[in-house]
Parts: sequence; C-alpha cells; structure tokens
Amino acid sequence: MAAAPSRLRYRPLNLARWLIWGLTVLAMAVLPQIFTQGFAITLMSQMGVAIIFALSYNMLLGQGGMLSFGHAVYSGLGAYIAVHTLNLASSGQIWIPVSLMPLIGGLAGAFFGVVFGYVTTKRSGTTFAMITLGIGELVATCALMFKEFFGGEGGITTNRVVGQPFLGITFGPGVQVYYLIAFWCLLSMALMYAWSHTPLGRIANAVRDNPERAEFIGYDTQRVRWFTLIISAFFAGIAGGLSMINFEIVTAENVGALRSAYVLIATFIGGIGFFFGPIIGAIVFTFFVVALSGYTNAWQFYLGLFFVLMVMYAPGGIASLIMMQVQLIARKRFRRIAPHYLAAGACGLLLLAALILTVEMTYKISVDSADGTVMNLFGVQFDASAAPPWAVAIGLWVVGGALFNMARKRVARILGEIQTEILQAKT
Amino acid sequence: MEFFVISLLNGVSYGLLLFMLSSGLTLIFSMMGVLNFAHAAFYMVGAYAAYAIGFKIGFFPALFVAPLVVGAIGALVERYGLRTVHKYGHVAELLFTFGLAYLIEEIVKVIWGLTAVPYRVPEVLDGPLFTVYSTAFPKMRGFMMLVALLMLLAVYLLLKRTRIGLVIQAALTHPQMAEALGHNVPRVFMLVFGGGTALAGLAGVIGGVAFVTEPSMAAALGPIIFVVAVVGGMGSLAGAFLASLLIGIIQTFAIGLDWSLGGFLGAVGIAVTAQTPLYSLWKLQLSQVAPVLPYLLLVLMLIFRPKGLLGTRAD
Repeated sequence: MAAAPSRLRYRPLNLARWLIWGLTVLAMAVLPQIFTQGFAITLMSQMGVAIIFALSYNMLLGQGGMLSFGHAVYSGLGAYIAVHTLNLASSGQIWIPVSLMPLIGGLAGAFFGVVFGYVTTKRSGTTFAMITLGIGELVATCALMFKEFFGGEGGITTNRVVGQPFLGITFGPGVQVYYLIAFWCLLSMALMYAWSHTPLGRIANAVRDNPERAEFIGYDTQRVRWFTLIISAFFAGIAGGLSMINFEIVTAENVGALRSAYVLIATFIGGIGFFFGPIIGAIVFTFFVVALSGYTNAWQFYLGLFFVLMVMYAPGGIASLIMMQVQLIARKRFRRIAPHYLAAGACGLLLLAALILTVEMTYKISVDSADGTVMNLFGVQFDASAAPPWAVAIGLWVVGGALFNMARKRVARILGEIQTEILQAKT
Repeated sequence: MEFFVISLLNGVSYGLLLFMLSSGLTLIFSMMGVLNFAHAAFYMVGAYAAYAIGFKIGFFPALFVAPLVVGAIGALVERYGLRTVHKYGHVAELLFTFGLAYLIEEIVKVIWGLTAVPYRVPEVLDGPLFTVYSTAFPKMRGFMMLVALLMLLAVYLLLKRTRIGLVIQAALTHPQMAEALGHNVPRVFMLVFGGGTALAGLAGVIGGVAFVTEPSMAAALGPIIFVVAVVGGMGSLAGAFLASLLIGIIQTFAIGLDWSLGGFLGAVGIAVTAQTPLYSLWKLQLSQVAPVLPYLLLVLMLIFRPKGLLGTRAD
C-alpha cells in the first residue's frame, strides 16, 4: 500500500491575529507602568481575574450552549482549596510556591467539574440551567454549614507573602500580583483560544447547534458537555486561585449565586458570539462595578437595566456591535452613518440624564432621607422633595424619548439602506 | 404526636404557598416554554404592592388589588419585553427573565430600601386558630391554606370549565391550530403570563405577611420553586402540586428534628467524638441540613428519575 498522500496545506500567516495578540501582551505589560496608582493596579488585577473567569464561562455558554447559573461554584471552591493549600504552605507543611496556587485552584475546579458536571450535564437547555442553579444553591448553603472548611461568615484569610523571595519577588506589592495575574491571564487566554480550535472545541459547537446530528455522527453529547464543563471549571478555578491571591481572603460569597450572576452578566454584555467578547465584557463590567459603586448606591439597578436592554436590543453583546462597525468601515460606509450615531447618542444622553435624575431622587426620598432631601447631582444642588426637579425629569423623559425615537428610526433606516446596497453590490 | 401534627400542618401550609408560586411557573412554562426566572420576583412585588396598597385601603381589599397590579405588570412585561426577545430563542428568554429578576430586586431596593418593611398580619388574622395539645396553630397559616386551596379550585375551574380555559388548553398543545381557528394566540400568551404572575403576586400578599417582606425574599424562595418545578416534572401541574407538598413537608419536619449521623452511629454502637475524622459532618443535625434538602432531592431526582415525579419528557 502506498503511503498516504501528504496533505497540501495553505496557511498564510495570519498577520491580524499576531498583531492583536502582540498588542494585548504589550498593553498588559505596559499599562501598570503608565497607571502606577494603587487604585489602577487593583482595578487592572481584578480585570485580569474577571477576564479568565468570563472566558471560562463563555466556554460553556458561547461555545457549548450551556447556560449556567452556578459557575461561581467552580471558581469559589477552587479558591477555597487554594487558600487552604497556601495556609498549609505558609505553616511549612508542604512546599508549593505562591505563583503556582492558581494551578492548584484550577485542578480543584476541574475536580469539582468532574463531580458536579456529571450530574448537571445529564441534561441540556433550560433544565441544565435549573440544575446548575440547584447545585449552586447546594454549595452556597453548605458553605454556611461547614464552618471548618468555609470559615463561616468571616471566610478564610491568608497571607500571600510566603517563603523566601525569588529574584526579589515576594508578591507583597500589588504590582507584582498584577504581573502574576497578567501572566496567568495571558496563558489562560491563549489556552482557551487554542481549545476552541481543538476537535473537542469544534464538536462542542456542534452539540450546541444541533445535538441530534452530533449524536448521529457518533458523539455522546452528554460526554462532550461534561468534558467541556470540566475544562471550563479548570479555568474558573484558576480565576478563583488568582482572586484569592489578590484579595488574601475567600468568603462564602465566592461560591454564591450573586457571583455566578455577575459572570453571566459580564460575559453576555461583552458578547458570547466572539472569542474576545467576554474579554471586553469583563473589562467593561469590572470598570462599571468599581467606578459606579463609588458614585451611587443604585449601581446594581443601572447594571441590571443595562443587561436587560442588551438582552432585548443587542443580544450579540458589545463584541457584535463592534464587529458591525468594523464591517461598515471595511465597506467604506461608516462615514455615512457616523453623524446619525452621534445624533442618536446625544438624544440617548438626554434619556440617561432623565433616568439618573429619577432614580437618584427616588432613592434620596425613600431610603436616604434621614438627613434631609437636599441632594447634589452633577454639581447641582437641589431638593428632591420639591416639584421643579421632578418637572425637569419628566421634561427630559418626554423630550429625550421623542428625539431618541426619531434618531433611532433614522439610524435603523440608514443601516437598512446600507445593507441593501451591500447586498446589491454582491450580486 | 404533637410535633408530628403541628409539623404536618405547617408543612402543608408552606407546601401550599410553594404551590401557589409553582403553579404559575408551571403554567407559563408548559404554555410558552419559558422558565420564568423572575417568578419569585413577582412574588416579592406582590408583597410590596400589598404593603403599599394595604396601607391605604386595608389588607383584604389589597388581597384582591395587589395580584391584579402584579398581573398587569406581568402582562406588560410579556407584551413589551418577552415578545421582543422571543425571536432569539429560549436561552434569550431565560436570560431576559433572569435580568428582570435582578432588575426588579434593585427597583424594590431603590423604592423601599434594603431593610424589611413593617408589613404585618391584620388583627383579624392575628392569634391562634386552634391549639394542638400545647402548640398553637396561627390563624394566618390557616388563612394561607384557605387562600391556596381556593386558588387551586379557581384555576381548576377556569381551565376545565370555561371557554377561555378551553382556548388556553388548545393554545397549549396546538398553538398553530388554535391560531388557524381565529384565536389570538399571542394575546392568550399575554393572558397566561399575566395570570401566572398574578398568582405569584397573590402568593406574595400572603407570604409577605406570614414571613418577612424584604428585598431578599425573592432570592430566598426563587431557587426552591425551580426545584419544585423540576422535581414535579417540568410542565406538569399535578406534579408541581405533589412536589410542593413534598418539599414543604420535608423542610418543615427537618427543621424540627435534631437527628444527626453521629447520633445514629452512636445508637448502633459506634462512638463519635470530636476526635473522629470528619467530625463536622457527623455532628451536623438534620435541622441544620434542612436548607440543603430540596437541592439534594433535586440532584437525586435527576440521577434516578430525570423526568420528575409526574413529568412526561426528560428534557
């Protein structure tokens, strides 16, 4: 028998891909040198952890089609195992360097992925979502029951400065922790990107799109979902281990339902259809949370509203909006639509002002009125219980709503026109 | 005996409250294929609405008005929210109701604050209904059972004995055919969603008084009613009824019992002390484990009987 003919492969150098990855590495390396304040370093560290977590979540939702409401279980349990390991290491019973703690977290996450995943991945779709919710609640309730392991209300604390400094690295200063997170973040990003091109990654897409067909060509869909979940739980565990090093504390919140909700929101806002979507989502979400929670007590309301609006009007997330503009730029149509975007954006700002005014005044009157109803918004001082500010709010709603509706319709019309032009040019 | 009777009564009343919630959830699910994640949030809205309305017009008028308000909100949500995302598929619908649950909780926090509101039992329902040996059974619990049973009867009659019930059942199984016969199926959907949320609102009016009206009440009850829906069998009303009672009774009994694995081992002759490995597991009492039991039941059910108690399909 003749040797199998060698396959002819044409693989041009993907310049854009190298450029993007290169720029990402560069940005992650250089940014802490530009923004050297402690606040910025902490923010960027949190973003790095959130990126890994969101990407691991998107492995389930975006690539496997599994909507999970309990993903924090894996990152949280990973963090708990890692924190106990670190405490053992610092008491000298075992020797593991701090920089490898995320790996411990990852392995722990994968272990729990094997256990819980076996149950959850038995079903898909809506029922899968319900079971993950149930498992999440199960673990969260257990976290308050077993005080020895989970530390009860106070959680488990630790000290990340352990052992002899290696090349002067102690992980005491925040910037060293940032670089550790950046390293693991880049590594996880690359690995997860590579995973999406493996046979398992591809068949996970097939199981997401058409489980029946995937079964007909000989794949056990449950096993595909299970394996995907284990790998996803591994990366979630890495994120958990890193957040443990970053905060030096792990509490029951780390396995809680709210944490699971946050990763879902972040991933979806970023966009589940593209690999880079969750990265954007994690950055935007972290910034949103950290920046906004300093300004207003109702930040979770704005977050929820933003999420619901995204689900209703931009289900592809920010990533799909970006890709749409890239398409328009590539076809040289962006300049035509840009002024209308600006107009719609300006009207949207009016509506946003109306919303903020209404919410903040309501909050002031109903919850925060202990020391009077005089409040300060955007540098203007006024009394929330007086009529004029409410009249302004109503006026903003009416005018902003009418103008925004007009601008929105025009944007939609012109986008439609451009679409038809592009289609006609093709044929 | 005393413990048994009172726990059974409490368990059944709690189970009936669960059923008031899970019935709406199940109706909506079997009709529209949407698992309404925000169902417990509507329960909370019902409690707060009854508190705000009852402030002005009293508890009993609010018992009727508040569910109507919640139902109207539900119908609006279906018309202007859910119908928009329907074209993106079930995952988008689930995500929408998930976001809605989050949003409703935050709106409640913005309007009524983070702490519990003083939504109290009206004087007529305050006090014991009867006493079993020495333990009193509160009137409010009895009223809760009465309302739940009346509601069950009303829903049954509406679905089985009226014309609109026939149309709903038809739209449930054969939406295209019902549409072809000239019924406005999207409007039926809106009605069902509004009706289901109104039932949740009614449960909220009762549950808010019987327990505490606070922003976390939705998150506390939400997962349990999903467990009920899955354990009973997705989309099965009778299954939801059975599962509600089962979970209500299990949880109530577990809270009152101080059995532990260690005690059991001690009874069969294996002494368990603080030095025994895994002591924190052995010393756990059933009352401490009570919150976990519904989820354990869920996991066991999925392993051994994936379609649920009375469900017909496994996915």
